[in-house]
Amino acid sequence: MAEWVEACAVDDVDAEDVIRFDHGGRTFAIYRSPDDEFFATDGFCTHEKAHLADGLVMDDIIECPKHNGRFNYKTGQAKGAPVCVNLKTYPVKVEAGKVMIEI
Amino acid sequence: MARTKRDYSLVGESTRKAIETGLASAEWYHTDVARKTMKELMQRSDGPAIRDTIIWIAAILGSAVGIVRFWGSWWVVPFLFVYGVLYGSSSDSRWHECGHGTAFRTRWMNDVVYHIASFMLMRNPVQWRWSHARHHTDTIIVGRDAEIAVMRPPDLIKAALAFTGILDFRYSLPTLVRQAFGKLSDDEKSYIPEMEQHKAVIAARWHMVVYVATIAVAIALKSWIPLVLIGLPRLYGTWHMVTTGLLQHIGLADDVTDHRLNTRTVYMNPISRFIYWNMNYHVEHHMFPMVPYHALPKLHELIRHDLPVPNPSIWHAYREVWPVLLRQLKYEDYYLKRELPPTAKPYRGELHDLDMTTAAAE
Repeated sequence: MAEWVEACAVDDVDAEDVIRFDHGGRTFAIYRSPDDEFFATDGFCTHEKAHLADGLVMDDIIECPKHNGRFNYKTGQAKGAPVCVNLKTYPVKVEAGKVMIEI
Repeated sequence: MARTKRDYSLVGESTRKAIETGLASAEWYHTDVARKTMKELMQRSDGPAIRDTIIWIAAILGSAVGIVRFWGSWWVVPFLFVYGVLYGSSSDSRWHECGHGTAFRTRWMNDVVYHIASFMLMRNPVQWRWSHARHHTDTIIVGRDAEIAVMRPPDLIKAALAFTGILDFRYSLPTLVRQAFGKLSDDEKSYIPEMEQHKAVIAARWHMVVYVATIAVAIALKSWIPLVLIGLPRLYGTWHMVTTGLLQHIGLADDVTDHRLNTRTVYMNPISRFIYWNMNYHVEHHMFPMVPYHALPKLHELIRHDLPVPNPSIWHAYREVWPVLLRQLKYEDYYLKRELPPTAKPYRGELHDLDMTTAAAE
């Protein structure tokens, strides 16, 4: 059953950046968009096991640090080779300065 | 000790071993760089690549005009020299940077230059995008890396012929023809996902259409010029690409997970660096492929304390590697282990020290 989990504080993520969040043996990536919205996806690239939190956020794109594969982190959509499989996304809400994700 | 026979196919014994031992898709060593600093270095910009691409295209068109204008006289030679290198060599670095998507910030600009450069190189843009992804996952891992330029024991005649482009031409053109007929090799299928394989076939067909059209124009005009401008520069202009590209990994370790051991950074003159788009900072590129070519000198300054001292010139690098190649003819496990400065973190030697000791003792 899905549950809301506190991932980080709002201030832990810079605008247009990403951080890693580990929970229950799984890894997630928490994004803050340039317009200060928060998003969450699986933490590993769907192409190979690379932490997306080490990648680069540009507008609504996260670029994997290993092979430069790109996803839309808001929708999880893979944007072309070498990534072909979409990224799983998770609902996010902000409460009392905390970023919560539903997993 | 019996000589090790490396199996460089991507579906053979070395492949099985690499997967079983965890060398395939392994965690690699990275020099520590603060996230904030790395984020700054990774930032994309269209400006430098637009500037360089305008210069590149202007020089290509200018030298092409010179070839047409002076065809039949000796004055054509310098224009052929310039055009050949721009077409047959600098296209490699454009293919490379735009394939990574780091040259321009704007995606379509990367894609346009990537496809043009792939055509110039007679490289299937789909196949090579995937082979290069594998090269970054499993750099110089035998049985996994599709882009190992000089295998062991080294074939020195083959390496020498590479400078003429003959061998690459002989490989690339028939490969495109085969792919255009819908046939991918087992090696190619091992790194191109099934859902992408049809795209490789379509790309090969487009390349063949242009080559057939070029031949038709040459016949119609009864002139060699169309072929000298399209296709043949892959032969007469490839020497600079090979000169710089071979140095990336030649003579260094294989089957290790530290780019400082299997990759080389070489200081080069500004012209070669323009042609090569700063890929002479190759250890830096492999460690952090997200950093655009124009930021590599800055990255180099930042992490050089943790890397082997770069070769001061192309000539120095070849002088260093030549005796290593000769030794590898007899002991294929031998490699050049480059010294780290005292400020660097030590190599993880557990994977390769045994082979080195054995080779040195024989």
